[in-house]
Amino acid sequence: MKVDLSWIDYLIMIIYFLFVLGIGWFLKKFMKNANAFLEAGRSMPAWVAGLAFISTNLGALEVMGMTGSGMKYGMLTTHFYWIGAIPAMIFLALFMMPFYYGSKARSVPEFLKLRYDEKTRGLNAILFAVMTVLASGISMYALAILMENVLGWNFNLSLWISALIVLGYTYLGGLSSAIYNEVLQFFIIVIGLLPLVFLALKDVGGWIGLKAQLAPIAQAKGFAPDAFTTTWKYAGEAGSNPLGVEWFGILFGLGFVLSFGYWCTNFLIVQRAFAAESKAAARKVPLIGALPKMFIPFLIIVPGIIALALFNDPSIDFKTNFPLDPGGKPIYDYTIIMLLKQYLPTGVLGLGITALLASFMSGMAGNVSAFNTVWTYDIYQSYIRRRTDNEEADGKHYLKVGRIATIFGILLSIGAAYIASKFGNIMDFLQTIFSLINAPLFAVIFLGMFWKRTTGHAAFTGLLAGFLLALMHHGLTIPAGATTLVKGGWIAVLHTYPVEMAQNFWTAIIAFTVSTSVTVGLTFVTKQKKSDEELHGLVYSLTPRELDDSHLPWYERPVGLAILVGVICIVLTIMFW
Amino acid sequence: MVDIRIPIGLMFTIIGILISVFGFVTMSNSEMYQKSLGINVNIIMGVLMLVFGLIMLYFARRKKKA
Repeated sequence: MKVDLSWIDYLIMIIYFLFVLGIGWFLKKFMKNANAFLEAGRSMPAWVAGLAFISTNLGALEVMGMTGSGMKYGMLTTHFYWIGAIPAMIFLALFMMPFYYGSKARSVPEFLKLRYDEKTRGLNAILFAVMTVLASGISMYALAILMENVLGWNFNLSLWISALIVLGYTYLGGLSSAIYNEVLQFFIIVIGLLPLVFLALKDVGGWIGLKAQLAPIAQAKGFAPDAFTTTWKYAGEAGSNPLGVEWFGILFGLGFVLSFGYWCTNFLIVQRAFAAESKAAARKVPLIGALPKMFIPFLIIVPGIIALALFNDPSIDFKTNFPLDPGGKPIYDYTIIMLLKQYLPTGVLGLGITALLASFMSGMAGNVSAFNTVWTYDIYQSYIRRRTDNEEADGKHYLKVGRIATIFGILLSIGAAYIASKFGNIMDFLQTIFSLINAPLFAVIFLGMFWKRTTGHAAFTGLLAGFLLALMHHGLTIPAGATTLVKGGWIAVLHTYPVEMAQNFWTAIIAFTVSTSVTVGLTFVTKQKKSDEELHGLVYSLTPRELDDSHLPWYERPVGLAILVGVICIVLTIMFW
Repeated sequence: MVDIRIPIGLMFTIIGILISVFGFVTMSNSEMYQKSLGINVNIIMGVLMLVFGLIMLYFARRKKKA
């Protein structure tokens, strides 16, 4: 199943590497203190931060995962975008960004410190630091193994080279370099995958032809003929759609808890908006990101759906080359690279592989630049060496710490990648667990922003309780057919879900509900230690209304952009209902 | 600090020229383009990237003059 790359494919990759490193090298001279290095000096134009916002999320796991999910669940995968990401991004822009940016917090943990107290910040900072390092390790491992099996690249070599290139440009130019490169990587990912979508669609006879080819496949699996090419049509019952989740789980679990948790509180995403040049720009960042985000499904999910048709077509050898697990099912992570191999000739093939590498780098640089900021500001500056009176010397000192943290972050990620290669199951488990951290965090930040009474003790307990209860739920339930304890049921089995996705959604719903109830309940019995004065700018009711922007054209105003995004998203949803 | 459109423009211009030239040279190689349904995607994508790169450079330059 190996595919040979030619000199021109490698040449394209090398040109790309030179440019990403070159951007870092060029930005080096601007990195005079910690602010410039860790916060990009809060100087990014909205469109640059907006594309970086979306590019960080478009990491290797997203590209590989969404294409794979397209093959597995069909068009229902778009729920992660049109009901998941988009409403959450609109909410972040309109309702949360004013408080995040206005608080002058340099990170999400620091916002928790300003709004609540030190222990809430500490808990979140430490969990976040561990989580980002693991996440980048897992994506590094996933990509290196793919490249080894399909392109025959040496696992160690591709792991170290890609990590060192990311280290190179983030060490030199910090967050600015990560953001500028994310914009470049965004265009490479889109343009590199474009020929694939075009050729694959043409091959199956367009959308109509694809529908016709998928009908017998869907029926063979016991679904309606159009189950793989529709989104909400069969969401009435869990058993009648390939995702295995009914409308309530999709709407509340994915659309609300998981998506709001991820997009509104995950620092590696939100950090891009923090780097914007003004509060007005910061509010536009998620909306500018949402515009291309809505169309990403056509770039990565639709080819995945086509892969399902190819896989069931006996007249071609797509299936015979596709890696299978011991149970005979396709290993879905390979979908994207198998498609690249199927359709792209030498030349554009190099471009497609470069797109995969670029997606990996944008995700990893996002993790690393968030990690070094949280480490430097929320851990080192809070618990190891506090600020002194000398601001200039501090700026230099923390710059050095931020740079060293960058190196350590990358080395720890490489370590995590090797652990993943030895104990893949444990990493799957950790990833599931960490996806739960965001749900309680969203509950706590949301309550903090919109209810001034919410206290620090309540928030801390709510965060912890939500996390622990979610962990217990995972330990007490399993998805049908699970064979390892990694999938759940490691305490006892009280309930069996039809599919893993349903279990994940419900775990998140429980984490959020518990966290909200505990925080609200305890707020009534604990005393608010923060004065209204201290909460100014952090809580909705204690913050003066926004400056009037009605003199601007509609597309310059956050509300105008939000309506545009909302309308396009609704049209897309109806078109593919 | 730096106009990101300049490096993006340069990179796409260079890769665009590279791929389209490669597309022209391999035009007669029908076996190679069997994969891509007989379409010479290298020329198409190469020209597309070249145009995109030049547009980026044009906008970066226009802003510098203003």
